[in-house]
Amino acid sequence: MDWRDEGIVIAARRHGETAAIVEVLTPAHGRHAGVVRGGASRRMAAVLIPGTQVAVAWQARLGAHLGHFTLEPAQSRAGLMADATALAVLNSVCALLRACLPERDPHPDLYAATRALLDGAWPDGAAWGLAYLRWELGLLAGLGFGLDLTACAVTGARHDLAYVSPRTGRAVARGAAGEWADRLLPLPACLLGAAEADAAGLAQGLAITGHFLARETGEAAGLRPLPEARARLVERLARPIR
Amino acid sequence: MTDRTPREIEALIALMARLPGLGPRSARRAVLHLLTRREGLMAPLAQAMARVALAARDCAVCGNIGTSEICPICADPARATAEICVVEQVSDLWAMERAGVFRGRYHVLGGTLSALDGVTPDSLRIPALVDRVAAEGVTEVILALNATVEGATTAHYLAEALAETGASVTSLAQGVPVGGELDYLDDGTIGAALRARRRM
Repeated sequence: MDWRDEGIVIAARRHGETAAIVEVLTPAHGRHAGVVRGGASRRMAAVLIPGTQVAVAWQARLGAHLGHFTLEPAQSRAGLMADATALAVLNSVCALLRACLPERDPHPDLYAATRALLDGAWPDGAAWGLAYLRWELGLLAGLGFGLDLTACAVTGARHDLAYVSPRTGRAVARGAAGEWADRLLPLPACLLGAAEADAAGLAQGLAITGHFLARETGEAAGLRPLPEARARLVERLARPIR
Repeated sequence: MTDRTPREIEALIALMARLPGLGPRSARRAVLHLLTRREGLMAPLAQAMARVALAARDCAVCGNIGTSEICPICADPARATAEICVVEQVSDLWAMERAGVFRGRYHVLGGTLSALDGVTPDSLRIPALVDRVAAEGVTEVILALNATVEGATTAHYLAEALAETGASVTSLAQGVPVGGELDYLDDGTIGAALRARRRM
């Protein structure tokens, strides 16, 4: 069995003295792991940094085997490490992909969104935050939990949307919320494209996606918490935007 | 384990095989080498290891490994007290000392922040560093951490944690290594070198 694809390195850990087990996100093969022979070498260190764009060749005797990767670097994203917010985004993206995405399940749209996020020319922390928030919405959609923020779930109205239902993920208009308003998640204007992102709006938006991601990864059932890297990013984005 | 090798020697081989860089076969060769030089090498080595095992301890100030409560670097009055070089492991401290260009003091973190391995700020010697910088009147903290995602994440965290102390926080430059050829460098290193270019 073998295939060739492109991919983004999302994790690497040593395997024995000289090899590494590497996880990549590919468009056609989803999140996929494999052994890289010589992956612990200094020559491979720069290639196996999370975020690196690689050309991937996978080979195994049977499809069910872990298999071996041959990775060729295509594009370094080491520049992200120079910016604290960009690095926090990269850490959170890689951690969430590992926590939420099933292995070997293709998600070409999510792959494209991840590339666009990491390669975007985001000028400041607010832009990074909003781009990341939209990526999390894309992640939820890829997992089958896409939010419907186009119309009110109660009235069908397309204006004055102010809340999201924590059960259905559908928007609710301010006037339709009534006595349930305090049980709904506030919907920030930046998620509707109606305003620039600020710290408060990003925090509200990330609370919405965090709620549904936690449900997806089982945190709500006490099974597995959301990654620590996401919590650090949320904490960073909650500070006043500089 | 073979039937012909005494149990004590097999136990020694098994322990040696746990050392970095040694596997069962190379550990067996090393033990055989020691056994053929029992008086000249094996006994002195065993005595030296026993002495070090009893005396070795972490420096109470910087986390370096020494044989007294304060390591020789922290106890050296000729070392500058206004500069602290922060490293990840003792091996990094030894590498800096081999270069012989830094005359300040060190702080060994004991690792880097890692979401993958669950290493949080509280599991590292970060609070001790912040206290030390504030208490010792340090003017510059040099972050000599590895150029990995974990190293960079830790560096950004430290820069923010140390902001209130008023000390200047710097990091090692990244770029073309001495003797390096551009054609053999990866894109990330070339990019970092270009960003860190300096006027001639």
